[in-house]
Amino acid sequence: MALLEVSGLRQCFGGLVALDRISFGVEPGRIKAVIGPNGAGKTTLFNVISGILPPTAGRIRFRDRDVTGWPPFRIAGLGVSRTFQNVSLFLHLTVWENVMVGRHVRTRGGLVGCALRLPGQRAEERAIRETARAHLADVGLADRADEPAGALSFGQRRMVELARALATEPQLLLLDEPASGLNTRETEALGGRIRSIRERGVTVLLVEHDMSLVMEVSDDILALHFGTPIAEGPPSLIQRDPKVIAVYLGEQRHVATD
Amino acid sequence: MSQFLQYLFSGVTVGSVYAVVAIGFNLIYSATGVLNFAQGEFVMLGGMVAISLMPLMPLPLAVMVAVGVVACCGCLLEVALFRRLRSHSVLHLVIITIGVSILIQEAALHLWDEKVRSLPYFTGNEVSSVTVAGASLSPQVFWVLGTVALGVALLQGFTRCTLSGRAMRACSSNPEAAMLVGINIRTMRTLAFGLSAGLGALAGCVISPIAMTHYDMGPELAIKGFAAAILGGLGNPMAAVVGGLLVGLLEAFSVSLVPSALKDVSAFAVLLLVLFLRPHGLLGRPSGTAVREA
Amino acid sequence: MKPRWLHPLPVVVATVIGFQLATAAAGKSYYLTQMTMAVYYAVVAVGLSLVMGYAGQISLGHGAFFAMGGYISALLTTHDLAAWKTAGWVRWLEGMGVLVVRPNLYEVGDLLTVAPWAAFGAALAVTGGVAVVIGFPSLRLKGLYLAMATLGFGLIVYRIVLGNRLLGAADGITGVPEWSLGFGLSVSGRSGVRVSNYYLAWALALGVVVLLQNIVGSRVGRALRAIHDRETAANAMGVNTARVKLQAFVVSAVLAAAAGSFLTHYNQGIGPSEASALKSVRYVALVAAGGMANLWGTLLVSTALNFLSLRGYFGTYDHAVFGVLLIVIITLAPEGPLRPLGEAMRRAWRSVSGGKEAGRGAA
Repeated sequence: MALLEVSGLRQCFGGLVALDRISFGVEPGRIKAVIGPNGAGKTTLFNVISGILPPTAGRIRFRDRDVTGWPPFRIAGLGVSRTFQNVSLFLHLTVWENVMVGRHVRTRGGLVGCALRLPGQRAEERAIRETARAHLADVGLADRADEPAGALSFGQRRMVELARALATEPQLLLLDEPASGLNTRETEALGGRIRSIRERGVTVLLVEHDMSLVMEVSDDILALHFGTPIAEGPPSLIQRDPKVIAVYLGEQRHVATD
Repeated sequence: MSQFLQYLFSGVTVGSVYAVVAIGFNLIYSATGVLNFAQGEFVMLGGMVAISLMPLMPLPLAVMVAVGVVACCGCLLEVALFRRLRSHSVLHLVIITIGVSILIQEAALHLWDEKVRSLPYFTGNEVSSVTVAGASLSPQVFWVLGTVALGVALLQGFTRCTLSGRAMRACSSNPEAAMLVGINIRTMRTLAFGLSAGLGALAGCVISPIAMTHYDMGPELAIKGFAAAILGGLGNPMAAVVGGLLVGLLEAFSVSLVPSALKDVSAFAVLLLVLFLRPHGLLGRPSGTAVREA
Repeated sequence: MKPRWLHPLPVVVATVIGFQLATAAAGKSYYLTQMTMAVYYAVVAVGLSLVMGYAGQISLGHGAFFAMGGYISALLTTHDLAAWKTAGWVRWLEGMGVLVVRPNLYEVGDLLTVAPWAAFGAALAVTGGVAVVIGFPSLRLKGLYLAMATLGFGLIVYRIVLGNRLLGAADGITGVPEWSLGFGLSVSGRSGVRVSNYYLAWALALGVVVLLQNIVGSRVGRALRAIHDRETAANAMGVNTARVKLQAFVVSAVLAAAAGSFLTHYNQGIGPSEASALKSVRYVALVAAGGMANLWGTLLVSTALNFLSLRGYFGTYDHAVFGVLLIVIITLAPEGPLRPLGEAMRRAWRSVSGGKEAGRGAA
């Protein structure tokens, strides 16, 4: 049973059709990639799935519940988390605090408890700090914990955003072009990281341009063109699909073999 | 019936002043993204300056000079202050306009004092009246309606038919594209401020015999004008007129329902209701991005 | 580990005590009256800074919330319910201490009114409720719209209290009784209890600052700051942004009402000018001057500026001062002037001491 099921998804902005009747599923424990040239509607797809944009038509089911039109924080509460194409860290907060915000959805401390620093809230705060620090350590940035997030380099901010998303303990992680701006070595490290995320039981749906990363890391690929799916299947099949090659891969590039 | 007409004309008269303030809001908002809280002060200044000029020149000239002076003040405001604040958030800019509004009020208080004044009636005096279908109206009412209608028509003509006017519309629609085709955005913004101020001053002069002019009449006008602007839908100049007239009519007719001390409340209540129920206004499109949190 | 932000507390307490002793020694104890009033006004500003500095929203209606608290307290504690003296529920409330009989301050005879503590509770509850009604729809829209909604709300409240005979119209409500808090403490403007009221006001203000600092450093505070920074991302990370913003707004409104209630008992009355838009704008200016997201800064700067204003140092330019303050601060130092000022002072100190060093080295 699919963790995420998208059916008949359609998104129009005035006269522009960004997504045109997209249907697909993501099986739990798999890594699925969405590819397509710029303007194919990939980020719009993410914005719809994570609740930032209500779809013009179609339905989204997550963990067998209809989440179409839910506000983003409710969908996050159910177990979907994401990163953003242009990294959306809270620049005025410290690196550590950014990841701590990720724990918000799994904690409960309310206004009164926080104001009076009740023992229950103090214990929860300690837990939040430790868990956040652990996630930060996982991406290797624990030593920069108390710096303002704005002080980090782009690649480092990427990692903090990943830590923040993982701190929400998601079942489905949406990665929006995680490799953009990274060099080859960093991209390889990213691939390893994505695989280890899957090992921890988190399903991954990623949007990406970097074909080597996509081919290496994904279990399934969905190819979009002008908001319409043109092919779906494992990397080996997609690499050879003539429609995909014509639209996206081009004739001159050597297609990587498994 | 004549009572109804009385209310109707009263509402339309005061509504046209709100409409002018609302148009002013719209002009500046479209061109600069700023909600100019000092809009009401332009109306006040128009009346005050004209009154001060009265001993020196005939009424029509006093009005024209006053409009010119206030329009220059509007331009000055943009050039000296708002031009330097491009990098600030919208919220900061609104706070600044509130501060400007206070300063203008205080300056007016010190320049003129707290007495209530007025321009003389343009034709006739305070007892002359014209009877229309059983309702007796002051001839000034026709001056108000006529002047505002003329002002609005001229503004429409300007923005639709002249090159500068079209350039201003281009700026509000897409500033980057406007710059790319060679439109001087800065001039357009200054122009928007100047036009808003001038129109407001004109309304202030023409309403002065009926509603009086006093140094702290600004904020109330600003609020009601803002209510009118969002009732019509921000960004839509003609809708501002509709909004203004509606607010004016509502206020006039509410006198028959609630004690007159609360008649101003009806305009503010309209503001709240519109914000809560239909923030994009009656004639606006529920486009979300202009109104909801990004 | 004592949180870093508590460090100002001992210094502030010392200054507070020092001020009182100094005025006593100089025989100018009446300064304490204005200082007490200034502190109560500052509480409103501190509460507002939670909304403005941390949630990033502007409220132009906090004068109205302050006035609501004050007017409700005033009305309930001065309105004579003697006409219902014999009703069953009146007797029951009297038995519970909610209603009390007290001597009429102006004429012979007794009044049956609501007890101050009960009136206080009502003031907080009603103001909180109204804040929910106003905030709930407004906080879903861009910050600009909350500013306008609160301004409109403030103007409505102002008109109502100005025009309503029950609420005293232009004269406001007077004859508000003392509020006896037990242990010999009483909120009152009597010169005999001037000193205890001074410390009472400061205790309230400092308590509020401590509670709000706790919030800011906690899960809720982080959520607020995240919303201020990037609301969409905060939402995507699971923060119920509308609810958190509403909570901050309601807390600030209730704090304003509490300050209003206390000050009304202290002044034994309240007038419509407290609800005016100018007052509300003044609170915004005070928050901006204190450094938008700086609770201590807001408390201290607000107290100082309000004190000067109340003592008449600004003369006829009272309003203009706050207008200028608003413009200058937002233009030059949107995050508040205290940090840049501190920086400038540090740089000046460094250049002075560095110069000395260089001089010594060269010698």
